[in-house]
Amino acid sequence: MKTVDVIASAISNTFRSKTRTILTILAIFIGAFTLTITTGLGTGINQYIDETVAEIGADDVMTVTHAPAEDAGDGPQEYTADQVTQQAVGPEGEQSLQPITQADLDEIAAIDGVLSVEPVKQIDADYIQHADGARYRINVGSFVPGMQVQLGAGEQPDATSDALQVAIPVDYVAPLGFDDDAAAIGQEVILGLTDGNGEVQTVTATIVGVSEAGLGGAGASASPNTALTDALYEAQAIGTPAGQADQYGSATVRFDPDSTPEQVEALRASLADAGFESTTLDDTLGTFKTVIDGIVLVLNAFAIIALLAASFGIVNTLFMSVQERTREIGLMKAMGMGSGKVFGLFSSEATYIGLLGSVVGIGVGMLAGTAVGGALSSTLLADLPGLTLIAFDPLSILTIVVLVMGIAFVAGSLPAARAARLNPIDALRYE
Amino acid sequence: MATPILQVDELHKTYGRGATRFDALKGVNFEVREGESLAIVGKSGSGKSTLMHLLALLDRPSAGTVRVAGRDAGTLHGRELNRTRNRTFGFVFQQFFLTPGATVLENVILPLKIAGVGRAERKRRGLAALAQLELDDKARNKSSDLSGGQKQRVIIARALVNNPRVIFADEPTGNLDSATGAVVEDILFELNREQGITLIIVTHDEELAARCDRRIHMRDGLLVEERDELREEVAA
Ligand SMILES: Nc1ncnc2c1ncn2[C@@H]1O[C@H](COP(=O)(O)OP(=O)(O)OP(=O)(O)O)[C@@H](O)[C@H]1O
Ligand SMILES: [Mg+2]
Repeated sequence: MKTVDVIASAISNTFRSKTRTILTILAIFIGAFTLTITTGLGTGINQYIDETVAEIGADDVMTVTHAPAEDAGDGPQEYTADQVTQQAVGPEGEQSLQPITQADLDEIAAIDGVLSVEPVKQIDADYIQHADGARYRINVGSFVPGMQVQLGAGEQPDATSDALQVAIPVDYVAPLGFDDDAAAIGQEVILGLTDGNGEVQTVTATIVGVSEAGLGGAGASASPNTALTDALYEAQAIGTPAGQADQYGSATVRFDPDSTPEQVEALRASLADAGFESTTLDDTLGTFKTVIDGIVLVLNAFAIIALLAASFGIVNTLFMSVQERTREIGLMKAMGMGSGKVFGLFSSEATYIGLLGSVVGIGVGMLAGTAVGGALSSTLLADLPGLTLIAFDPLSILTIVVLVMGIAFVAGSLPAARAARLNPIDALRYE
Repeated sequence: MATPILQVDELHKTYGRGATRFDALKGVNFEVREGESLAIVGKSGSGKSTLMHLLALLDRPSAGTVRVAGRDAGTLHGRELNRTRNRTFGFVFQQFFLTPGATVLENVILPLKIAGVGRAERKRRGLAALAQLELDDKARNKSSDLSGGQKQRVIIARALVNNPRVIFADEPTGNLDSATGAVVEDILFELNREQGITLIIVTHDEELAARCDRRIHMRDGLLVEERDELREEVAA
């Protein structure tokens, strides 16, 4: 028998005993449905985290500061004779870290594996204002090229543009006097800040995007592009003592985005040798994702248990079907059908039942998940715009289909093996 | 002389072991020539079906050999054995019923499907076999909707669809009334005459046995000479 004929016969045999098959499919449906929802939950949350990651910073970037002068640990610090001097070196009284200077930047740039190094320009804005409207307090985030804010409208601030661009948080749209998000795009806003002389300086920028608040928090502050950051920093530096403006709290180092974790680790070690401490994105979000993955794993385990229960349904259905078709199997074998093909016939039938159950389960699961997820994000989770609680990606859907069909095949192999072992004589003597 | 299509030599078949051990065949020898019609007769339990199953390579003997066209069937295994059965034999057994939910045509083409014949070719040959049995108008019907005689004709169509060299029939007319039974018999003998298909028929029916070229008589797992049988009848 040709393989296509084996499969075609298996498919038409599936519905010979309709009620039994439908009940079995229903059991698999429940398992596949659960698995779809739990996997969707994992996909949705992780997708959200990934978007947030882009918001916090690009993933080929690490933040570098001077290592604390002494690794003091959590306990009381031991007295050393030069402690006073150390404290005096700090840029401000309470900060115990040394600032990054131009010399430090040069030193970092020379380290193997560093593609480029940029100082992080800390901006302390006082207010934001549109036209003659009211002034609102605002924080200005530090922009790392490659970072993506979650947008409600407009586009990302362009790092390479010379124009002064800013993305404002969605909360500021109405107060600043715009009708809606779209109306704000292309409008000018004034950012005010205090310079070294205590005088107010203003910089005018164009709104290119409206950002939503994400887990990373970047969406809650104004996101400037590089040109605007430089302009603001320059305004802020007016009147500061010479040299002080060239000192930064931290710097961002870019490395090859294709680096292996080992290469990143090596780079961090070289930085540590030079006396710098570095933090990557994974450090920040790694633990968070691990927890989510753990929860999803447990939920998936429940779904798998449901599927295993369903697989006993398949075993039972097919055993009954082998029993009922003993004579037919005997006839086919008498007519020269090989044991392998008989096995194939019954295991294809099981796999097909698995396919039907998983397709129906996934279909209904996706509908239900989308509906429930949509309802939740407009009510309970309204504070987290951009979060699709239950999301689906083609790969994990395909994985579920293959997994369910695999389980069905394994379950079907037991009855199929019994059918394959039958011989024509058993069938002839079967009453 | 041409090689006999089937040849059995000192055939033994033992069922069970210990206390339930039963010798169903105790050393059977005979030959079947290609194109002849042979009746196997004898009392119930004498071993007729057992012998036929061994001839059709559906079961293996405990001792002795079956040769198909000169070849020792004991040396055939797996795929080769399956192919020999598929190509050489057709079965008209009561136990080999039709699949009730499937159509008449689907039932008839089953041996072709197993042989791996393509879809179009299967349909063509299936319809031709049905036409030969005047059932082509029933091709699309469910086989469960047919009468007993029609079903038996479908089974014959299925047995001959793959152009077998031998058709085995175990009580082919057993469940049929005598008129319908006669029609089925006519069909089988016509196939024997016109297509040269060898017929091996197990039957209790004296008239059917008498229509065959030759008959072998079984008693308690052994062949008895026709002379003995005649003597028996005289004594009775
Ligand atoms: N699987 C088996 N196990 C044990 N004994 C068996 C088995 N198959 C057949 N027999 C025995 O072998 C003997 C011959 O059986 P067989 O079916 O060949 O008889 P038969 O001549 O075809 O009879 P009938 O005319 O009633 O069909 C019987 O006594 C039967 O009980
Ligand atoms: Mg019998």
